[in-house]
Amino acid sequence: MTTPLLTVDNLKTQFFTEDGTVRAVDGISFDVYPGEIVGLVGESGAGKSVATSSILRLVDSPGEIVDGTITFKDKTLFGLEEGPDGEPRPSEEMLTEEEMRKQVRGREIAIIFQDPMESLNPVFTVGGQLREFIELNRDLPKEEAKQEAIDMLREVGIPDPVNRYEEYPHQFSGGMRQRVLIAMAIACRPDLIIADEPTTALDVTVEGQILELVAELQEKYDTAFIWVTHDMSVVAEICDRVNVMYLGEIIEQAHVDDLFYNTKHPYTQALLNSIPRPDETIEELDPIKGVMPEAINPPSGCRFHSRCPEAREVCQRVHPEPRDLAEGDRPHRAACVKYDVFDVGYDASPPLETEATGGFSAGLTQTGPEAETDGGDR
Amino acid sequence: MSRTAGEGEPIVRVENLRKYYNNESGLLGGFTVDNEFPFIRRESSYVKAVENVNFDIHRGETLGLVGESGCGKSTLARTVLRLLDATDGSIYFKGTDLTDLDGEELRKTRKDMQMIFQDPQSSLDPRMKVGPIVEEPMKAHGMLDPEGREARAKELLEKVGLDPQHYNRYPHAFSGGQRQRVNLARALSVNPDFIVCDEPVSALDVSIQAQVLNTMQELQDEFNLTYLFIAHDLSVIRHISDRVAVMYLGQVVELADKEELFENPQHPYTQALLDAIPAPDPRAADRRTVLRGDVPSPINPPSGCRFRTRCQKLIQPEAYDLTEDEWRRVVEFQRAVKRRNFEEREPSAVRSRFLDDVDLRGEAGRIVTDAIDHIAADRLDEAEALLTESFADQSICAKEEPMYEIAPELAGDRHVVACHLHRGD
Repeated sequence: MTTPLLTVDNLKTQFFTEDGTVRAVDGISFDVYPGEIVGLVGESGAGKSVATSSILRLVDSPGEIVDGTITFKDKTLFGLEEGPDGEPRPSEEMLTEEEMRKQVRGREIAIIFQDPMESLNPVFTVGGQLREFIELNRDLPKEEAKQEAIDMLREVGIPDPVNRYEEYPHQFSGGMRQRVLIAMAIACRPDLIIADEPTTALDVTVEGQILELVAELQEKYDTAFIWVTHDMSVVAEICDRVNVMYLGEIIEQAHVDDLFYNTKHPYTQALLNSIPRPDETIEELDPIKGVMPEAINPPSGCRFHSRCPEAREVCQRVHPEPRDLAEGDRPHRAACVKYDVFDVGYDASPPLETEATGGFSAGLTQTGPEAETDGGDR
Repeated sequence: MSRTAGEGEPIVRVENLRKYYNNESGLLGGFTVDNEFPFIRRESSYVKAVENVNFDIHRGETLGLVGESGCGKSTLARTVLRLLDATDGSIYFKGTDLTDLDGEELRKTRKDMQMIFQDPQSSLDPRMKVGPIVEEPMKAHGMLDPEGREARAKELLEKVGLDPQHYNRYPHAFSGGQRQRVNLARALSVNPDFIVCDEPVSALDVSIQAQVLNTMQELQDEFNLTYLFIAHDLSVIRHISDRVAVMYLGQVVELADKEELFENPQHPYTQALLDAIPAPDPRAADRRTVLRGDVPSPINPPSGCRFRTRCQKLIQPEAYDLTEDEWRRVVEFQRAVKRRNFEEREPSAVRSRFLDDVDLRGEAGRIVTDAIDHIAADRLDEAEALLTESFADQSICAKEEPMYEIAPELAGDRHVVACHLHRGD
């Protein structure tokens, strides 16, 4: 395979709050190769958005990237080295804030957010905003930038772009606004676009239109995408490879087909079992027990053990790092000690008595209570 | 869950329900700027949010109501509970027409009808503890004494899967899924027969969604509840409903048993909607068609069938004699002109883009040629008017409102579909 476009290695982003340190992203590693769509999936609170903001170094105080390296092409977006006092400090190769702003953000890595209304300024025309963006990032004179903006609007399927150029964001429907943001994202021909739940706020038919548009543009420009979503159906439709996140960690990493048809991690399996299907009737859903614990005080060992139906005593003690479990030639990494390669004595370990394993009756309803939000896990 | 629909009188029957919103409220409402003297015009315009809706719901059943945002689902739900006053039509609840009731009578009837809202956060008072929140409806309807209410609140909290000891906690101490459970407990407190659920799980994570859906089904079985369940997510609708109504632009376009609707959809809109949903399966066949264009404005909806401006199966007017393929091309051409989403002006370029260089015969051919001439002269408005009047407006779809009942093939005993393709059935 070719060299990766983006490499994220052991990225850790933490938020220092009054209540303690929230380890929102806790040592994730993944690659993005040119022209592929990589999914980042997980429930709310899994750390998906913090991970993508970290890539662009957009994490605000009290958040901070505390460890790891992010390499994009030949640039170091984030890197640490040991300073003279033994404290880590930003490495020399790491881009300065100005270089990030001028070279990377918007030009080489673009981002599309969930809510298109919040990303567009309501008091300027849609065309004006797009033109300004092109003018600044591509150093075009105003007239040329305007022509380019109109061409981009046409490219993303905005009808009558010459007239719509003069309109304001509120005159566009939600799907149209998302198209404008896509136009903005591709305007500088970036190598990588980070799409943070771009279709979540849209209706299914509009979502279909947007996914189709993205597939077309991706084919045309060969842009790589990081597609952040909680929707397994969108993942199945659009992604080439998928990273599943749980509580700040990537727990499974596989080709999309392997992820659905040869699922390795119990969390991924539970997630797939809990979703109702549009294409068949399921009599009873099999939900994941409990709720995601808070990242401020994650469970020991495997973070999913408190909700895992296959949890054993060893899962509380051993923290698994993802390992390659591939049977074919495509890498398939998962972080679960039930596989022999981990060799920590899972088979001999006694099952945990939790509600999820069915060994412990909470004495309430069948669906059971959700874990308390104040951090206690049952 | 496929329960057999209850026999006899339905618990809820909605007949010819209409709800219009007046656009004139506000100081300058209803005034529009005009380009002729006196430059300002006052005209009444109404948002036709719900138009001629009919359905009934039997005791113990779940009627799913699905549609895209802005189609009038929530307005319909609120009108059914008379949280909004209907413009026209009747809502019979256990045989009584709610539109005739007011004041104390209506208030008393409401005890039997409850509602659960989408956002579990904003539907709970942050300054009240969950116990009193659950007791509030009982208090309002004078049920039980304070001790009795507290005991019942605790019992209900347990029933919905919360710890009764959380009686004294505030809503902020609960997660989204738990808050929705508090809402469920509150709705159940007055022992209602009928609960309207407006997108109750769409704000929740998938794994939590499944927990809440399961609880709702258990409660339905235990208390013999009747649900009107609104959602935009077809997977959720398929899971929870017994029968499903599909709404488009204020109207119910198709209503049938769940299996019948999902496996044998008859309305082109339902088909497009089902086609559009991605399945959680990377090996699933790619979606076949994507619905083009946006939903028209409900202020001035299309005549006849409201879906006809986007429908892939618009019926050819009898005046023309085009082949199926030619007719589709003409329709695509007319819509492209209306949406102005092409740049070609040169007649031959337009012809090759839309008509694949096919020469249309007769009257239709002449009209298309005239329209192409208008486009060449950059008179797009005239081209649009000509094409629309000659083709789109002549279709039976534009002239009559469809509503047909067909024989269900798979399940249920009624299948209603609002599409003229079934006019011969």
